[in-house]
Amino acid sequence: MRYAFAEFKEGMLIAFAAIRANKMRSVLTTLGIVIGIVSVTLMGTAIEGLNRAFNESIEAIGADVLYIQKWPWGGGQEWWKIRNRRDLKIQHARALERQASTARSVSPIVGTGRTSTYGRKIVQNTVVIGSNADFVETTTATVAIGRFFTSMEADGGRPVCALGSEVAANLFPAESPLGKTIKVGGYPYRVVGVLEKQGSLLGMESLDNRVYVPINRFFKEFMTRRGGIQIWVRASSVEEIEETKEEVRGIMRKIRGLAPKDEDDFAINQQEILIQTFNQIGVVIAAVGLFITGLSLFVGGIGIMNIMFVSVTERTREIGIRKAIGAPRRSILMQFLMESAALCLMGGMIGIMIAFPLSLIIDTILPTAMPVSVVAVALLVSVFVGVVSGFLPAYRASRLDPVDALRYE
Amino acid sequence: MSTIIKLTNITKLYQMGEEQVHALQGVSLEIARNEYVAIMGPSGSGKSTMMNIVGCLDTPTAGLYELNGNNVSDMNDNQLARIRNKEIGFVFQTFNLLARSNVLHNVELPLIYGGIHATERKRLAMEAIDRVGLTDRVHHKPNELSGGQRQRVAIARALVTRPSILLADEPTGNLDTKTGEEIMQLFDALHREGNTIILVTHEEDIAAHAHRAIRLRDGRVERDETVKNRRSYAARITA
Repeated sequence: MRYAFAEFKEGMLIAFAAIRANKMRSVLTTLGIVIGIVSVTLMGTAIEGLNRAFNESIEAIGADVLYIQKWPWGGGQEWWKIRNRRDLKIQHARALERQASTARSVSPIVGTGRTSTYGRKIVQNTVVIGSNADFVETTTATVAIGRFFTSMEADGGRPVCALGSEVAANLFPAESPLGKTIKVGGYPYRVVGVLEKQGSLLGMESLDNRVYVPINRFFKEFMTRRGGIQIWVRASSVEEIEETKEEVRGIMRKIRGLAPKDEDDFAINQQEILIQTFNQIGVVIAAVGLFITGLSLFVGGIGIMNIMFVSVTERTREIGIRKAIGAPRRSILMQFLMESAALCLMGGMIGIMIAFPLSLIIDTILPTAMPVSVVAVALLVSVFVGVVSGFLPAYRASRLDPVDALRYE
Repeated sequence: MSTIIKLTNITKLYQMGEEQVHALQGVSLEIARNEYVAIMGPSGSGKSTMMNIVGCLDTPTAGLYELNGNNVSDMNDNQLARIRNKEIGFVFQTFNLLARSNVLHNVELPLIYGGIHATERKRLAMEAIDRVGLTDRVHHKPNELSGGQRQRVAIARALVTRPSILLADEPTGNLDTKTGEEIMQLFDALHREGNTIILVTHEEDIAAHAHRAIRLRDGRVERDETVKNRRSYAARITA
């Protein structure tokens, strides 16, 4: 043990002396590792960020909500068959509302893009969502100020609306929107409330750039053809979602008049499907990304191996001396392995120092910070690369014949 | 006196391209503890091969080499490294110090490979450095020392493990006569203190310090004799 420690310390001393003696060469050699570690850690950070962004926005979808739609998430079936499916109708939503005993709430959803204006303020491309009064219950959205529209207003198709936080902030930067009348696609709506900020879906579509109106009014003003809606059903709890799903399926099949042998002509989507799909894609992205960036680390490793061969040749005489005074093969092997590991570790540390500020740039796009795990793995990987690429040169050094090595000029 | 080195019919063959070179052809001899031996011969006589084998840097093609009662002729690399570490102190013509390490570290090195604890290591190293009179140069690097001083460091490094034999290969070859004589006097003193010393040299004057001269020619022992005109060299330079 003590022997090993003395040898280890000797190895460290030699390694750092050798690196110090060839500063320029060490820096240039380690550059390959620096670049490799920078790209790998940034890729790791980006992947981590992607995961985090996904997990954050998937919460908006809700683990206890079923999305009854024409199209299934994640694909997998023949699109032409799905295209020919019958549209979902508001009557379906009403039937589900009446019959689904395990459902906590049911909301029909329909949406379109319109421009919203208030006075001189214009917000283009707001998403107008038509739904019922249960919308806040179904989506667990919370009302920040005012209220959501009531079922009376919804059923009566009153010209009232609730605003997403972004729309509210844009149209009413300095005053309360409550009671004000805005124009949505040219039609007047009175603002009754503003929802709490909800963030974005997968970092793309903002959930706050929305105006919520009664669905009956929506069909009158934005979409005269009744149909093509989605129905969102919230189960009483996450645990009971499968029960609710079966009940909903049964009701839907009954309404649609499907025979027992027929396939469902609608899709019941849920968060889980999205998670599964994302995980599949995520694994592929991570594998490809890390493989490509790993290549640069591999090239860096070759550079290290090359310079270690040079180092061994240069120090043949020193190896001879050490062997003459009794260094066993293992000590010589370890000496050179430590030198290349130290070289790579240095590269890894420099790499992290460079990658960290760069990761802050990624942070502006994806919600992430360089995770400690990525830093730790990067350092481990650089040591590993050092040991692997140093092995061949070190092995050669350890096998040198002391007589030849001492005679080497 | 107890035998420390026993060579029986040692043969060493080298393959030089197509040709086989007999560097040693059946050398047999014994060296006892506290002997002071010079191995002599012109170049090509096999004395370097002899020193490599005696120093356990190389193994003979055939024959038996017993060092301190251990058969070292068919040991593997790591066993030989251990023997070199414990039993043999090398002093080379070109000093062979580690250029980047100071005197103390150079002298400590065999003890590091010998697994000696740090405090004990430092004590032994300082003792050896003191023995060669370089206590005030402990933290100097080899390039800050004169040739004679470097060779003293090498001798301290050879002594530090208290080996069975000190094996010196042309120890004065790179030194001027006066410094060379000082180094030889150091060897003389070390011999008086009980060390077994083997000098490999082609210089009669250096060999004259030894008590016994083994002359090699063409890979065989040509003569093995007691040195008679000892000190003649010393007498000549003081004259």
